[in-house]
This record gives sequence, C-alpha cells and structure tokens, in this order.
Amino acid sequence: MSARDLAEAVRSGARSARSVLEEHLDSIAAREPEIHAFNVVLADEARTAADEVDRRVAAGEDPGPLAGVPVAVKDNMCTRGIPTTCSSRILEGWIPPYDATVVDRLAAAGAILVGKTNLDEFAMGSSTENSAFGVTRNPLDTTKVPGGSSGGSAAAVAAGFVPLSLGSDTGGSIRQPAALCGVVGVKPTYGAVSRYGLVAFASSLDQIGPFARTVSDAALLLEVIAGHDPLDSTSIPEPPADLTSVLDQGVEGMRIGIIEELSGDGLEGIAGDVRARLAEAAAALEAAGATVETTSVPSTVYGLSAYYVIAPAEASSNLARYDGVRFGLRVDAPTSGDMHSATRTAGFGDEVKRRIMLGTYALSAGYYDAYYGKSQKVRTLIVEDFARAYGRYDLLLSPTSPTTAFSLGEKTADPMTMYLTDVCTIPSNLAGHPSMSVPFGVGDDGMPVGVQVLAPAMGESAMFRAAAVLEAAAPPGAAS
Amino acid sequence: MSGTAPEIVPGWETVIGLEVHAELATATKMFSGAPNHFGGEPNTNIDPVSLGLPGTLPVLNARAVELAIRVGLSLNCTVQRSVFARKNYFYPDMPKDFQISQFDLPINGEGWLELADGRRIGIERAHLEEDTGKSTHVGGGGRIHEAAHSLVDYNRAGVPLIEIVGRPDLRGTEDARAYVSELRSILVAIGASDGKMEEGSMRVDCNVSVRPVGQVELGTRCEVKNINSLRSLGRAIEYEARRQVDLLTAGERIEQQTRHWNEDEGRTHKLRSKEEAFDYRYFPEPDLMPVEPSEEWIAEIRAALPLLPMERRHRLAGAAGVETSATALTVDRGLDDLAVAAIDGGADAGRVLVHLENNLADGVGHLTAGAFAALIALETGGDLTATQAKTVLASLVDEGGDPAAIASAMGFEAMESNELEAIVDRLISEHPDDWAALTAGDDKERKKKSGFFVGEVMKATRGQADGRAVNELLARRAAG
Amino acid sequence: MTERITPGDVAHVADLARLSLTDDELEAFTVQLADILDHAADLDALDLTDVEPTAHPLPLVNVFRADVIGPTSDRDEVLAAAPSVEEAQFKVPPVLGEGQ
Repeated sequence: MSARDLAEAVRSGARSARSVLEEHLDSIAAREPEIHAFNVVLADEARTAADEVDRRVAAGEDPGPLAGVPVAVKDNMCTRGIPTTCSSRILEGWIPPYDATVVDRLAAAGAILVGKTNLDEFAMGSSTENSAFGVTRNPLDTTKVPGGSSGGSAAAVAAGFVPLSLGSDTGGSIRQPAALCGVVGVKPTYGAVSRYGLVAFASSLDQIGPFARTVSDAALLLEVIAGHDPLDSTSIPEPPADLTSVLDQGVEGMRIGIIEELSGDGLEGIAGDVRARLAEAAAALEAAGATVETTSVPSTVYGLSAYYVIAPAEASSNLARYDGVRFGLRVDAPTSGDMHSATRTAGFGDEVKRRIMLGTYALSAGYYDAYYGKSQKVRTLIVEDFARAYGRYDLLLSPTSPTTAFSLGEKTADPMTMYLTDVCTIPSNLAGHPSMSVPFGVGDDGMPVGVQVLAPAMGESAMFRAAAVLEAAAPPGAAS
Repeated sequence: MSGTAPEIVPGWETVIGLEVHAELATATKMFSGAPNHFGGEPNTNIDPVSLGLPGTLPVLNARAVELAIRVGLSLNCTVQRSVFARKNYFYPDMPKDFQISQFDLPINGEGWLELADGRRIGIERAHLEEDTGKSTHVGGGGRIHEAAHSLVDYNRAGVPLIEIVGRPDLRGTEDARAYVSELRSILVAIGASDGKMEEGSMRVDCNVSVRPVGQVELGTRCEVKNINSLRSLGRAIEYEARRQVDLLTAGERIEQQTRHWNEDEGRTHKLRSKEEAFDYRYFPEPDLMPVEPSEEWIAEIRAALPLLPMERRHRLAGAAGVETSATALTVDRGLDDLAVAAIDGGADAGRVLVHLENNLADGVGHLTAGAFAALIALETGGDLTATQAKTVLASLVDEGGDPAAIASAMGFEAMESNELEAIVDRLISEHPDDWAALTAGDDKERKKKSGFFVGEVMKATRGQADGRAVNELLARRAAG
Repeated sequence: MTERITPGDVAHVADLARLSLTDDELEAFTVQLADILDHAADLDALDLTDVEPTAHPLPLVNVFRADVIGPTSDRDEVLAAAPSVEEAQFKVPPVLGEGQ
C-alpha cells in the first residue's frame, strides 16, 4: 500500500495506526538481521506514537497528511532523547537535547518514527561501507551495496520496512542509493528543506530529501518537510511548490536535454545497460509529448574535482567540534590538545580522516587559492553552464549512477574509485538545483537502474511531472 | 603624527596600535536567542546553537548588526557589504572549534577617531564576531588527589562582539589611554556597549613597537594580550617598550611575537612567535548570508545617533569660543548640555566653564540651565562674589530654586560699587605710605601692598567684598 | 600548479586537524591524498580570470532574526551528555598555552 493510501486509511478509521505499524515491525523483524538498514529500531516509542494517532482519530481529529505512516530517518538527523550517531564511534550513544526541524514536521504530520537508519560515517561515502556499525546490504541482492551515504534509508524502503524515509544528499547520497535499490529518491532545491538538526557534512551542499517507492509518495513526503525555517539562514523564504496537484500533468510540450558529458558517449565508465535504460527513458518522455535531445553542459566534467575540494574543506571545519569536550566520545590524555587528538583519532574512521585532512590542506595557508578558491570559481562556471542549458530546456536528464549496484568490498581499496560513482549526481549539488532518481528497469544483472531528472532551482513541479511519466512508462523493476 | 608624548626611554619613540573588542549591548547572543547577560550560574545562558551541538545553525541578530553600524558611523567608517568567515582553531572554550567572524569583507571599513586634543587616530576596520566561552584553570597546587584541569563555562560563548582595529598612530601611554577612554565614551554614548573593562565587556590588545626618535620606518611590533584595565595598559606598554629598547640597544633583533601581560609580575612573556601563529584557514561562512545594509537603513541609524563626545566638544568650544581641548573635561562629565544651554541663555562662557570644572564634582542635581545662567549673571554683574556664587550654586544643586532668592536668603548682598569705592578711597588716605609704596614700587612690592589693601578692605567689609572687584579698583586708582 | 602533497604536508595537516597518524597511515594517506589532488589538477586547464567564486548557491542577503530571548537549554540535559563535568562546568585536561 502506498503511504498516501495508508494515511487515508488511518485518517478515515479504516485501519488503525497500530496495526499498520505492527505489520511493518514484522517485516523489519523478518529481514533486518540480514539487511541491517537500521542503527536503532524504536518499536516501543513507535507503538506509543501509533496509539496516540489512533486516539486522535477516534476523537475526530485529523492527525495530518502522514497519519500513522511508518517512517525512518537517517541517523545524521537529530532526534531528541534518541541516540543520533552518524554511524560514527565518536557519537556512539550521543543523545541530542533537541529535534531536527524535519523530525518536528514529520511528527506534526502524524508520521510514526520507526527507527534511525545506517549511513556512511558522517555521510561520507557512496556505499554505506564506511559505517562504524556494520554495512547495510542491498535488499535486492545482499551481496551488493545499497549505495550511500543514505544506504540504510534506501534499503528500508526497498525492503518494505517503511514506505517512506528521509536521507541527506551532499554529492548524490539520496539519489545514488535510490538508483541502486530501485526506489525513488529526491534531492530538493538547496534551501527548500531546513537543515536545522541535520548534522553538517558540507554546509553549502547538504540537503535533506525523501525516499519512497512511488513518485506520488515522494511528493507527499517532500510537501510535509519543505518550507521556510527561521532557524536556518539558508532556508528559502518563499513557500514551496505544490507537487501533488501537478503530478498528473505530463510532459507535453516540455523540452528536455540529455547531458552529453554525463551520459554514455561523453563519459567513460557509464555501463552499457545503464546507457540503454537512459535511451529508453528518453524515448518514453518523447512518446509522452516532450522534445528530447542531447545537449552539452561542459563544466559538469569538472564537478567531481571541485566537489572533492569544496566538500572536504567545509567538512574539515564542520567536524572540528568533535573534540571530546562537550559530548560524544572522549579519550583522556594529560593535556586538552592531546585529548582532542586521541579522541578524534580513535573516534573517526579512515574515510572521515581522509576527507578532514584533504579539506584542511585545501584551506591551509598558501593553498587556499590553488584549491578552495579555484574550486569555488569552477562552481560558478557550473552554475552558469546550467543557466544557459535551462535557457533552452525545461529539464535535463542523465543516468543517476554509472553502474548498477556493485558488490560489497568491490570499490573499497581505492578511494578514487568510489568517488567516481558520484560523477552524475554531484553537479546539481554544486549548483543548488533539484534532481531526483526514478527507477527505470533493470541492468543486465537484474539489478535496478535509476534515471536522473534535473531541474532549475525551485523547478520541483516540472521535475515531478517528468518523474511521474517515467514511472508510468518504466519497464519491470527488479524482483525483490 | 607625533604629539609631545613623553618618552618612555629617552631617544626612543613608542608606537602603538590598539585592537579593542567590545561586547555589544544586545538582549541575546549573536547567532541564537540565548540571553546575553553578565554573571549568572555557569552554563545557564546556553542553547544548542551557542553550544555548537551537531546539526545546529547560526541566525544573525539584527540588533547586533544595527549596533555595529552605529559604531562604524561613529568612527567615520564606510559601512559596506559584508560577509562572515570561519576562523578555525581548536580550544576548549570554542564550542564549534571555529569562531564565526569577518575577514575579507568587514561591515565597517576605514575610519578615524578624534582625541580630545583634536588629533585623529586612524581606524582600519570594525567587524562583527562571536565571543568564546570562558575556561578557568584549576591548579594541582600540591594536593595529591586534585590533578590540574580546566573548567569551561559557555555562558559567554556566542555573545556578539565588535572588534575595532586601530592604526599604529598612537605615541606613548597617554595616547593609548586617551584613545581607549575616548572609544569607550563613544561606545557608551551610542548605546553599543557598556564598555566595562573590569567585567570584560571591553578588552584591549596592544601592538607595541619602538624606533629611534626621528626614524621614519616602523620597528617590529609585538602584540600584548591580557590587559584588563587602563592602568595595566600603561604598565604593559612601558614594560614592553623598555624590553624592546633593551634588546635593540644590545644589538639584537625584535622577533615578531604575541606576548601575554602578567599583571602580578608586571611583565610580558612570549606566547608564540609569528611562525608558530595559528593557520586559521579562513573561508566564507556557508551557513550565513551576506549582509548588505540599505542606504535607507544606514541613514535611519545615522539620524538616530546621539551627539558624540567629539561633536559635543566642538559644539561647546564653538559656543564658548575656546579650544576643543578646553572643553574635554566638561564633556567627559556629561555637563556640556548644561553649559551650552547656559551660554545660549546669555551666561559668561568663561565663568560657566570654571564653575563646571571646579564646583560640580558631584553632578548637577537640581540645577537647571536657566538658574545657572541667572546665577552667573549675578556674579558677572557684581551682585555676588565668586565665593558667594559657589555657595549659591551648591544650594541650587541640592534643592533647585531661584539664585537671587537664595542669595537674598543667605544674606549675600554684594557691595554696591560706590560703597566699595568709598571704602577703598578711605583706606588709601589712611595708609598713604603703603599706597605710595604700591604705586611706585616694583612688582614684588606692588603685589605685597595690594595684598595689604585687600586685607584691609576685607576687614572693613567683614569679608563681603569681591576680591576681584577690589583689585580692579586698586589698579584703577593706581593708574591715576 | 602546486607540488604534489608530501608526507610532511600530511603530517602538518593531521596536526592542524588534531589527528594522530601512525607511520604506515601517514604513508598510505599521502598516496591516497596525492591521487585525489592529482584529479583536482584537471581544474588547471580552466581559465578562471574574471570568474567570481560561488560561496552560496542561493542569492539571499540580510537574513536576520529579532533580538528576542528564546528557549535556553536545560543545563542538566546538556551536562548529562558531557564526558566529564565538575561544578556545572565541562571539565577538560589542562590547556597548554593560550587560545588565540
């Protein structure tokens, strides 16, 4: 049942929130030991919340658009009274004294928080293999990765543990796992969803967004969490676009450009089966009345390089606060300086250390202009190139991930190999534009392929319309 | 730019540039709604943002911006578009292990401050930043069970600061003290800060260098920190200047350093050299948007500014026909409004200033400008002696009222001038030898004899005569 | 462009970032960081004169809040999460030298 239908059933009294919850808890119990999508499952708290929703319905109240819908939240979003670890030893057992804004909004909408999901440590990674608490497995093939960094949230939806989950996306961390797990994943316009309570990785790139099995459900969740937040200075002041009402409007008359540099011919490493699915997706959009052609957005090829300077630079500063003084892990030492070092050395995994050092280097005296300064200028070129493209096209198209899900351990030997999996997703983070991954058939290995739809800033409506068309036209998905 | 500053070491000029940090008088902290007030139990004025908890974000306090603009306008700075930057370093009193400050683009650019003697001291910039928490070192002190450690209180963390960077235009300790006093007066007058060095709401760091008198090139400077009062400022400058001169005289170089002033020992010692200086890795703060105050807003703030001390000095100097330096004391004590009103009301400017400087140490109490002007008119008109006027003034301060009535009630009738003339003439005729000695004698003799005659007049009038009037009469008679 | 990152550079940034590395780690990280930065060298091909940096994807300015007191944290809740507390303050080992 879709989230929309579940909420409607609970609101109308046709089903109890409690029974909906128990059903999902049973799914979790059946496969979670194998998948490990969660860092923590909150069965008791969820039961209390579900009972409360049922009480309100019985009292004639409307608990909200997500009444009784079980949801999962990536474990880098603060939940008051509930451990928030970012899948790192340095925050193991840390209990925030406040809720993230999105968590407040979920609760206000009547959703039932079922658990905190696993991620690559501090959202740094593309496979969830960098978690300090064990990997998450792809529900469609447990020898394979679910993608990352929001692997747990993607797997939870793909496995049917919850119909909706939240992830965060800095360089593709929602869209790529969505593609690898065969679900819908959306990165909204930068500023559309409040970052207050999202543990920061790269502040100018991070965004929270929805995972769902359907485009319609993703729209529903995004409508609940989007909107201005006075606690976030980077929050868009204007009210967000209405999505539900435009979903069925189709793509008649739209001009859609396939980004040459990120698709088959332009980029090595895009697998043949992924290219094939992309071509079919383009054909489906044309059949629905859009004009589709290839177009060049030249600077996108520099996105990876600029991203792997900017993101670690901001991260190196954002992660400085993990010093053993106020919260989290502390490893004692005779002086504070030594205590900082001992704590951070013991508490952070290798990928996090790598990025902190890279970022520190890029900002350090004598290197700022060569690395960080230069990358921020490249970012401008990317923004300008996109602006030119959106002058001629309503939407852009590309693969989400160069390949289908790879095997656990396949890309862990060399960091660069893992970084290259983000090549298609990074440009829209740098530009601050919305983009989403829609499942579109399977690859030669039977694993899901995702197609990425990109839109200009605040262009979510058009983006969702195209996504709905793709969803309707998609070939059969992976057997789960 | 040299005044006649007394040399700390003969033959050497001491060049000083001061950096002043002042806490802004806002109700809340710079980036969150936690209260901004001094004192209070440790860690009671904190919230997740000012504690730098994971996931929190800063939002800028509008009043801090307004006060910063007031400061900039008062220091004749250009108020300009500004951006926040992160200053990255590890220290337990820093919640995020970076401080949000301003680097390339401060809110206030170049300006100047005018000292009481009319000299202008250059201001390089005045920017916004957040304060740190406070750590207290708890010493081991020989007790076996109490190892040395520090305790950190974050009440002060996040309090808004303005940092005012002055050019090295000051020469000597008097200049330095005058600059700090003037700056403090300005900050208090415009309501930007309460400027209490002893409470830490105003802190001064001092850059000191020396050069042989006559040399144009500046010497190498050292920065001295931990100065907590005007007195310490003077002592620290003197110590540091002597230290540097001693080194140079011994043929050694000055190493550019940051030094710490030890109040108890009366000396500075080295904290770190320039090479050991922190690499702060400044970069633009991604969580905060640029500040671009509109012309209208700046104009509004400018229009609402009260008169600045410099403007008050100029105003009183103009009204009284004296140099600005002569008005400094009166302005400093907040008595210039009264002075100007009295002078505008016709009172003799000279007498006004004398009374204000000498006879109103405890403030104006119930004294009004009108009463003051009337009193002075009585005095200059010869109806009251200077001594009598002083007594009436004291009464006006204590209880208010009308000067003529008070004078009458006190029995102060001034001598009629022809009465006085008659008495003087009688005494001259009764003491012809003394009179001859006065008219014919040298200065010394004349003075001695004038004193004799004044004494006789006083005896004859039982002290009611106006000494000045008597001297005038004697002079006229002596002139023939 | 700039030279390849050296073990000395890595040791220096590790120190700045308060990370301790073993000799093996230093060597391994140096190789990995050099590879990543080599990739970033492809940015050298671009002509970036007259290009302004983008610090924020959103064109917002003057985002303020009113100077009004908001909720403060429950001190007990905050201190409960602290590794070490004494006299309602955060207790840390002694700090060598001054901060800034």
